[in-house]
Amino acid sequence: MEPDAAAPPLVEVSGLGRTFGTEPPVHALVGVNLSVQERDWLAIVGASGSGKSTLLSILGCLDTPTAGTYRFDGIDVAALSDRQRAGLRCRALGFVFQSFHLIESRTVIENVMISEIYRKQTRRGRRERAAAALDEVGLANRAEFLPTRLSGGERQRVAIARALTRSPRLLLCDEPTGNLDSTTTHAILDLFAALNERGRTIVMITHERDVAKRASRQVQMVDGSLKESAWI
Amino acid sequence: MDLTAPSRLASRDLFDESVGGLFARPVRTALTVLGTVVGIAALVATIGLSRTAGNRIVGRFDELAATEIVVTSKPPSPGGAPTALPWDAEQRMERLNGVVAAGTLTTINVGDALVRTSRVSDPRRQTSFNLSVAAASPGAFAAVRADLRNGRLFDEAHSERGDRVAVLGPSAALRLGIDGVEQMPAITIGDDIYLVIGILDGVARQPDLLGSVIIPEGTAAATFRLASPERVVIETRIGATTLISTQVPNALKPDNPRALRVAVPPEPKRVREAVQNDLNLMFILLGGVALVVGAIGIANVTLVSVMERTGEIGLRRALGASRRHIAEQFLLESATMGAIGGVLGASIGTLVVVAVAARESWTPVLDPFVPLAAPLVGAAIGFVSGAYPSVRAARMEPVDALRSGT
Repeated sequence: MEPDAAAPPLVEVSGLGRTFGTEPPVHALVGVNLSVQERDWLAIVGASGSGKSTLLSILGCLDTPTAGTYRFDGIDVAALSDRQRAGLRCRALGFVFQSFHLIESRTVIENVMISEIYRKQTRRGRRERAAAALDEVGLANRAEFLPTRLSGGERQRVAIARALTRSPRLLLCDEPTGNLDSTTTHAILDLFAALNERGRTIVMITHERDVAKRASRQVQMVDGSLKESAWI
Repeated sequence: MDLTAPSRLASRDLFDESVGGLFARPVRTALTVLGTVVGIAALVATIGLSRTAGNRIVGRFDELAATEIVVTSKPPSPGGAPTALPWDAEQRMERLNGVVAAGTLTTINVGDALVRTSRVSDPRRQTSFNLSVAAASPGAFAAVRADLRNGRLFDEAHSERGDRVAVLGPSAALRLGIDGVEQMPAITIGDDIYLVIGILDGVARQPDLLGSVIIPEGTAAATFRLASPERVVIETRIGATTLISTQVPNALKPDNPRALRVAVPPEPKRVREAVQNDLNLMFILLGGVALVVGAIGIANVTLVSVMERTGEIGLRRALGASRRHIAEQFLLESATMGAIGGVLGASIGTLVVVAVAARESWTPVLDPFVPLAAPLVGAAIGFVSGAYPSVRAARMEPVDALRSGT
């Protein structure tokens, strides 16, 4: 789905920097400027150590920048307290990780339901909403399975369903196909494409050119700096 | 909608997540809980057994102490003659309802006279001893609950005839080297020869008799010019001491009952408390040590669990959990482990108390507060043990937790 260019950006990053340590300091991000519109599907590509994971962590309010500004839906994220950032993650952000991060002792549907507990929503309808999210990723028939019985692609679909059940404003995906074979990778990317078509805003980091190409927009990280569509 | 409002975790969700965390690794949880189970069971069992045993000990003590009356003469006023106890004190006492046994005892002043044994089994062995010599009426043995090891006790006839017979306390017999009466051993007190007719095994009262040579009262009166008995020892039925103690002076000395001193048993309640306090302190210390070991177990396993679940902590933080939510979950997990340990431990401890009491035919005594408080104690121990691991989990940065956990 084409983003609305006239609307204010959902994500607006300006002069963003992140430095680790002091002896010597490691500049993971240097002067990064980026804006993401609602319904955008952005792929951030780059080699290992280029800073793309650091950028995604900051966009996901899991880390804080040491320089620059980050506005999410107009909110100055750098000024938020730890609890407020947790609240923002809870209400507006969804995550899909390379290693899935499923709790293996819980069933598939319980893994999806867990995403709602920090919103203090009523428990009524929680299972139904989780089931609907699983249905959306094509795993309705695996709801009572344990994650250990699922393939890598299925596990990632569970992780996507877990992110979707919260209806996040922004879906952040950290190498979502990094642990998957090519067939499963295509299936997951098809799912992202479908989600984007239905209006989801997606920011995805990857080091694979073919994966990045499926996004509607690509940027490249090189040594902590961002270059728009440099190598695509 | 305020996107930055703090995230919230309902109590029921917190409980579900904590219980879910516990049962994710049931074997490990069971083994961890085992430490607390042992600690609480030890504590409950020791407290219960100490009460039960204490009750038994104190019961025996009470029974012994609460049934003894000792009557002596008060010291004479300056210039006055001492009040003499009657020779027939034993018969006078036995007429009182509530008296089980009574007898008179007197420690005889034998001056420099030594007690010698005539039996020479070792030429180098010492044969002369400075032993205490006591005179007793025949009923005194029953009144002090004497057990006879060997031979026989002297009776009324020995006393009336003034027979030179003696019964030895076990310590006296040991010193004199007399271990049986089959060969009719004899001893001398001063220059007088006495036939040893019996050896005691022990006495429940008047322990000075254990090291004494005991001769009949009539013999002592004739030989050592005993003027009157020194003290009257009375065993009463349980609960009769107060009544008997008021009757004794009139029965023994109707002309001057005030001249007698009647020693009544100590207040049983105070003795019971003193004995129980000593026992309880010891057993609570033992149970406490067991509990500390259990607490260290919970702390260790919770810490390992936190380290193993780093990825889950990162995930929960990404889903919106605050540091407090993470700490609460791990604290509740460890407190629940402690509480489960408390419930199981209290049950096992109570069963142990009942089983031991049943085996020994004792009455099990356990304060109802103990098994009821045990789960709370267990939960508190789990809570305290989980404090450090929980704080450590809460302090993890979400990005670090996600990176290091898989």
